[in-house]
Amino acid sequence: MVLMGLAAMIPLAALAVSAVGLASPDPEDRVREIASGLRCVVCQNLSVADSPSELANEMRNLVRELVQQGKTPEEIKAYFQSRYGDFVLLEPPKRGFNLLVWGLPFVALLVGACGVYLVARRWTERREPTTPSVDPDLLERVRRELREREGSGRS
Amino acid sequence: MSWKKALIPLACVPVIILLAYGFWTDPRAIPSPLVQKPAPHFKIAVFDGGDMSLDSLTGKPVVLNFWASWCYPACYEEAPLLESTWRKYKEQGLTMVGVAIQDKEANAREFMRRFNFTFPNGPDPGGKISIDYGVYGVPETFFIDRQGRIAYKHVGVLTPALLEANLRAILKGG
Repeated sequence: MVLMGLAAMIPLAALAVSAVGLASPDPEDRVREIASGLRCVVCQNLSVADSPSELANEMRNLVRELVQQGKTPEEIKAYFQSRYGDFVLLEPPKRGFNLLVWGLPFVALLVGACGVYLVARRWTERREPTTPSVDPDLLERVRRELREREGSGRS
Repeated sequence: MSWKKALIPLACVPVIILLAYGFWTDPRAIPSPLVQKPAPHFKIAVFDGGDMSLDSLTGKPVVLNFWASWCYPACYEEAPLLESTWRKYKEQGLTMVGVAIQDKEANAREFMRRFNFTFPNGPDPGGKISIDYGVYGVPETFFIDRQGRIAYKHVGVLTPALLEANLRAILKGG
């Protein structure tokens, strides 16, 4: 129990450390944070912070200069956005066609959940047991033979 | 009950349309937000000496080409076309400027010598000019009209037809 409690502390501690990092006054951290939100336009699956390309290096240097000039992260991102368009932001702005990217996963999840619910309901519903129909002549014959048997059995 | 059976195939239709749209477009192409906007100011130190800045070219149509000696084969294909077009149109008031990006000076000079560039070219130390123009690869060419607006941006090798057509457009514009 104590071990579990300690184990739970680790992610919380990590979160605290990273939160301190974000609020750090160290400009290099601010540069890294901003660069992590920009897409390297050469190695397009990497952020500017992570990409080894020369252009990413130049973009990082420019971010550093702009941070030193006192520009805010929003202003710096807006500058790159004005030159490269929305694509340079790793987090697409939540408007217009991009809303599809943000909304579709939730819509798909909802549709899937409804689908699962409907199918599960159909599989588990119980039917009213219906009495099978029997030929009335056969029924009468069985009753008669039962009566005869009971009659002969008693005697 | 039958409409429920049609539901699943019907639900696929918007997904297919979305995928078709996606596959039709080039995922690596970055549309430029700078087209029809004022061209960003630049100033380069020309390899042959002196400076070249956009301010000094007000009222003149400009073809601004970004190249690199390591950009093979694209820039090598395009270079002769740039030089020949420059020679043809320079008397008509055209200015052509080349910017060598992420290049060593010796390699850039060799490239210029190889293709006999006679129009002004300069380096872009730190990549400030190329970032200002939203350049993400080479070659890229910007056609700047007499009002100082970027009329057209071309990514990749220019064809003679495209170069001539856009050039005439900016030469004509009053």
